[in-house]
Amino acid sequence: MNGREVILGKVRKSLGGGHNDAARLAAIEARLARPPKGVIPERGQLDDKARRRLFIAMAEKVSASVKQVKSYDDVPKAVAEYLRSRNLPAAIRIGNDRRLVKLPWTSQRALEIKHGPSDGDDEAGVSHAFGAIAESGTLVLTSGGDNPTTINFLPEHHIVVVDAKDVAGDMESVLSRLRRKYGKGEMPRTLNFITGPSRSGDIEQKLLLGAHGPRALHVILVGG
Amino acid sequence: MQITSPRFKQNAREALADPQLQKAMGNVRGGFIDKRQAAIDALPEFDALRDNARAIKDHTLANLDLYLEAYEAKVRAAGGFVHWAETAEDARNVILDICRAAGARTVTKGKSMITEEIGLNEFFEKNGVSPVETDLGEYIIQLRGEHPSHIIAPAVHLNKEQVEEDFRRVHDHLPAARDLSEPEALLGEARRVLRAKYFDADVGITGANFLVAETGSSIIVTNEGNGDLTQILPKVHIVLASLEKIVPTLEDAAQILRVLARSATGQDMSVYTTVSTGPRRPGDPDGPEEYHVVLLDNGRSSMLGTEFQDMLRCIRCGACMNHCPVYHEIGGHAYGWVYPGPMGAVLTPALIGVDKAGHLPNASTFCGRCESVCPMRIPLPKMMRHWREREFERGLNPATARGGLKFWAFFAKRPRLYRLATSMAVPVLSLLGGRKGRFRSLPLAGGWTKYRDLPAPESRTFMQQWHGRETSKQETGGKQGAAR
Ligand code: SF4
Repeated sequence: MNGREVILGKVRKSLGGGHNDAARLAAIEARLARPPKGVIPERGQLDDKARRRLFIAMAEKVSASVKQVKSYDDVPKAVAEYLRSRNLPAAIRIGNDRRLVKLPWTSQRALEIKHGPSDGDDEAGVSHAFGAIAESGTLVLTSGGDNPTTINFLPEHHIVVVDAKDVAGDMESVLSRLRRKYGKGEMPRTLNFITGPSRSGDIEQKLLLGAHGPRALHVILVGG
Repeated sequence: MQITSPRFKQNAREALADPQLQKAMGNVRGGFIDKRQAAIDALPEFDALRDNARAIKDHTLANLDLYLEAYEAKVRAAGGFVHWAETAEDARNVILDICRAAGARTVTKGKSMITEEIGLNEFFEKNGVSPVETDLGEYIIQLRGEHPSHIIAPAVHLNKEQVEEDFRRVHDHLPAARDLSEPEALLGEARRVLRAKYFDADVGITGANFLVAETGSSIIVTNEGNGDLTQILPKVHIVLASLEKIVPTLEDAAQILRVLARSATGQDMSVYTTVSTGPRRPGDPDGPEEYHVVLLDNGRSSMLGTEFQDMLRCIRCGACMNHCPVYHEIGGHAYGWVYPGPMGAVLTPALIGVDKAGHLPNASTFCGRCESVCPMRIPLPKMMRHWREREFERGLNPATARGGLKFWAFFAKRPRLYRLATSMAVPVLSLLGGRKGRFRSLPLAGGWTKYRDLPAPESRTFMQQWHGRETSKQETGGKQGAAR
């Protein structure tokens, strides 16, 4: 703990040493209790339809592909079609998310379904997103048994199912929903904001898709 | 890492004479600038976000002690550990202890400039731990035994032929006849080689772009996904972050994220923005079993309350170097330590001493572009001048430079005269600069151009900039990017 006292002591000294502490403490506690929202870009502040359209456009702009389906029952078919269109084996990895597990997968007879975290040998993984952000075409995923984080990163192709109701205009709306779900100041182990498939520009600043994460990101937007 | 900042002038001369480097630096002058501008043009609120980002960091720094305590309490409540490291040596020792306790032989690393700052890789190697850099650029320079030349594009000084040569040398288990002529092939090979390493590692180390006091979370921002594989696959995740990475809330992080990706790479959001809190929860099928944060001071607390405090707002976006005519010419290694470009010219003297890094604040043409693009509105040229003044006071300058500085200070203190002098000089300079737009020598300024190229003002934009400075005093809300 020695380093702690030394560092905090130096910080306090540089800041003018200890006076006003009660007022400062009250100020930071107020801010932590009620986070100010700041500047929210107009771009995502749209009605439901336009907001979903913006999400699709922004996701496609960052090289994700997007398929809209009417209902959850259409998801297995959309997944199977995606695998076929990319010449991938008919196999996927999913977690325990009930919204995914209970789908009529048997309608796609040849499709093999593996459960649990990815071991690194999966060509395709399917996750259910917590939400999405129209402003930037971003998917929001939370860790846990429902949607193991390894599925977001190890498979070559990541397929993400999003409920159209969960497409927010801006990041701040998603943060408010997270607080309602996990509790104030509480978080899942990992919260991933994913904007397009993995990429690198490290060789001669030429942008290439498929660095260490998925080479392709496919979004299935349900409803709306 | 060996500090070569004291021989900056020699470094710069060598860099100017290095054809590979000069070729590679062409990639900086191109892409970054246009992409950033396009992303900013598409977001009308960009300047308002910058103002708010600055206010958030100023508020945090003014209450840094309290936010650090609040942050620590939340990390511990989530089951993580916080280690306070006053110096680089303290941080190295803490990290090694954690690795030893985990029985670690191999450690994967997400890109982290702070691990460069504390010389972690060299230290690991001396102590029998093998570090594996996983960011493609970092991996490449690790193979070459080099250090990053840019804070977000570590291998920007290299050309693909050089990378191919390194891969052939190091990946000697692969068929010699394979085709590696295109960047795609190089990326694919690095991906395959590194995949195996993620699974072998016992500990994964990442930096942090933000630490969130509200939740005890660390946030990293990457495009490749290597930082994620580095932290979710090994048993132990260590985060190494300096004190000033704290922000109060997730909303505050969201504000700054909007200016970070745009300023760095011209993206609205980087591909992966990852918020990590504690170790895996009961029932989680993946994620690390232990989560440690090493909080590094290493000189930051002494910058607080001084004329260099504003530098602690820096979010390491790299925009200042991407727009710096000096950086364009000499690359990052010439600066002689971890942090190059304008942000390095200000930060390095603060962290390693003005006696060693006193030349860096002189590596500036004072064109003001760095400040005009800095998303955190850090007055970089002003702080370089502060360092020059300090160096001057300490008498570290040779007599001729002291004379030059006096001359310059005379003008600087008389803004009208200064403007008049520059406005008269500009058309003449741009005429002389000719096609290349740079002066390798300039009459009457031998002391200057002996070691630096003076950028020939692109007369139109330069003039506009001066003009803009005048008019922005009268109007409010001028176009972003004009010198303010
Ligand atoms: S000084 Fe400003 S522009 Fe430079 S890296 Fe830091 S935040 Fe970015």
